[in-house]
Amino acid sequence: MAGWLEVLVAPLRYAFMVRGILAAVMVGVVCALVGTYMVLRGMAFLGDALAHAILPGIAVGYIVSGGARQPIFWWAMGTGVVTALGIGAVAKSAHIKEDTAIGIIFSGMFALGIALISTMRSYAVDLAHFLFGDVLGVSPTDLWLTALVGGLVLATVLLFYKEFLVLSFDPVLAETLRLPAGVLHYLLLILIALTIVVSLQTVGVALMVAMLTTPAATGYLLTRRMGPMMAIAAVIGALSGVVGLYLSYYVAIASGAAIVLVCTAIFLVALVFSPRRGLLWGWLQGRAG
Amino acid sequence: MLDKIGIVKPVAHQSNAAILEVTDLTVAYNGTRALDDVSFRLEAGERVAVVGPNGAGKSTLFKVIAGVLEPTEGEVRVAGCSPRGHICIAYVPQRTDVDWAFPVTVEDVVMMGRFAKLGLLRRPGREDRDLVRRCLETVDLTAFARRQISELSGGQQQRMFIARALAQEAQLMLMDEPLSGLDIPAQDRILEILDELRGSGVTVVVATHDLNQAADFFDRVLLLNHTLLGIGRPAEVFTAANLQHAYGGHLRLIKTPEGLMMVDDTCCGGGR
Repeated sequence: MAGWLEVLVAPLRYAFMVRGILAAVMVGVVCALVGTYMVLRGMAFLGDALAHAILPGIAVGYIVSGGARQPIFWWAMGTGVVTALGIGAVAKSAHIKEDTAIGIIFSGMFALGIALISTMRSYAVDLAHFLFGDVLGVSPTDLWLTALVGGLVLATVLLFYKEFLVLSFDPVLAETLRLPAGVLHYLLLILIALTIVVSLQTVGVALMVAMLTTPAATGYLLTRRMGPMMAIAAVIGALSGVVGLYLSYYVAIASGAAIVLVCTAIFLVALVFSPRRGLLWGWLQGRAG
Repeated sequence: MLDKIGIVKPVAHQSNAAILEVTDLTVAYNGTRALDDVSFRLEAGERVAVVGPNGAGKSTLFKVIAGVLEPTEGEVRVAGCSPRGHICIAYVPQRTDVDWAFPVTVEDVVMMGRFAKLGLLRRPGREDRDLVRRCLETVDLTAFARRQISELSGGQQQRMFIARALAQEAQLMLMDEPLSGLDIPAQDRILEILDELRGSGVTVVVATHDLNQAADFFDRVLLLNHTLLGIGRPAEVFTAANLQHAYGGHLRLIKTPEGLMMVDDTCCGGGR
């Protein structure tokens, strides 16, 4: 008994672990809520693209500030919002297919980011942090920023819950109810960008899409209403953060990867065992029928 | 400014204006005309069937009337004003256009009809929930209120959307092929509900493939194939010449002892 308690408490003796866990929980919750809309509207690729496209913003912030965290945060946020709006506009003017356009923009921006970072002396280490996160390097200031921006995203999602619900389920209804559909769409893109920016330090650019989509997709498998889907996704997102960090502490693997692996494992369990939507259920129904 | 960001103040209905007036309406996509110079008017409380072959522009017509698409030329007036000023127009989508796996229950979907009246930021209250319950009773879905929408049959799905239109307090209901792919009892139940609604003065416009049904159950029919080929009582509009014009090669005219029989086009999207 005391042995198990020790297992749980030991990592918490380090302040950086406590900060890391707090950050991972906040990021897990915010990603899951915004991710719910992304999963329901089929925006996973867009989210992945947006995360990668933020890299040049991070790089510029890094270069102008000489490595200080806060300027990087604001530069990333600026780039994220501008790119989100840009992608929204590209999607509208359909000279080429939307996913092609997004693919071109995102890989171009990503390459620019890598090029900028490669001009620095500490190239390899920094790039790894930006790509895969550095949750154990979270400072108290980072934590506050995460809480502030994450809280803002959370409040907006809850405030416009019913509008985003209609927009996701039936865009034509949103128009006939005269909801400001265009404004809401761009608002959602901005929320996604902000969520990505606050999550950068936890999972990094390359693994971002997992935090946005995997918990939400798991919630989708486990429930039949959007409210509970969000709640389940948030719990899974937060839980993955905590379990992932313990895992990374004891097994000594990269923290971002550990968090994403836990998410993925929970998803796979739900995929097989979920009532109604799970594979096992379908198989049993098939045999019964 | 409010209008710029898309916040609409619903306009009052002009009592002397027709519920729907379409004037010289043309809608073109990339130069191809989906609708070409269409004009007609509907009076409040009418039930009108819109008939025409696949790709005749029926969905386009509905979307322009609903204010979702902008006309290329001409104009649409609902109760005297642009459709974009109204929250009383309900568009019932084709069943194939709906994501039935979406995590919402039947009562969630019907409640969506209330959101325009509620406005931004406000949550549904007791009155809204009461109204939703009554709307579900009207279409006989009370027992299904808490089911996820994929658990409904095709006819029940369609009735759910009628309930949503009622919750929206719609004055003009546009239904895009609500009867396609339904079995006969389910079709009859929907026609029955539309009949019961006649008393409330709601104008119902239904796109359909079934010429007989259009002739039997609707006050007027509108025959469309990009241009308006005729609007009026079924006997006046469904003439051999008009139908030949609308359907061309798709139509089979068969002589029977009772008279000329027509067999409409083979299509029926939306079945499941």
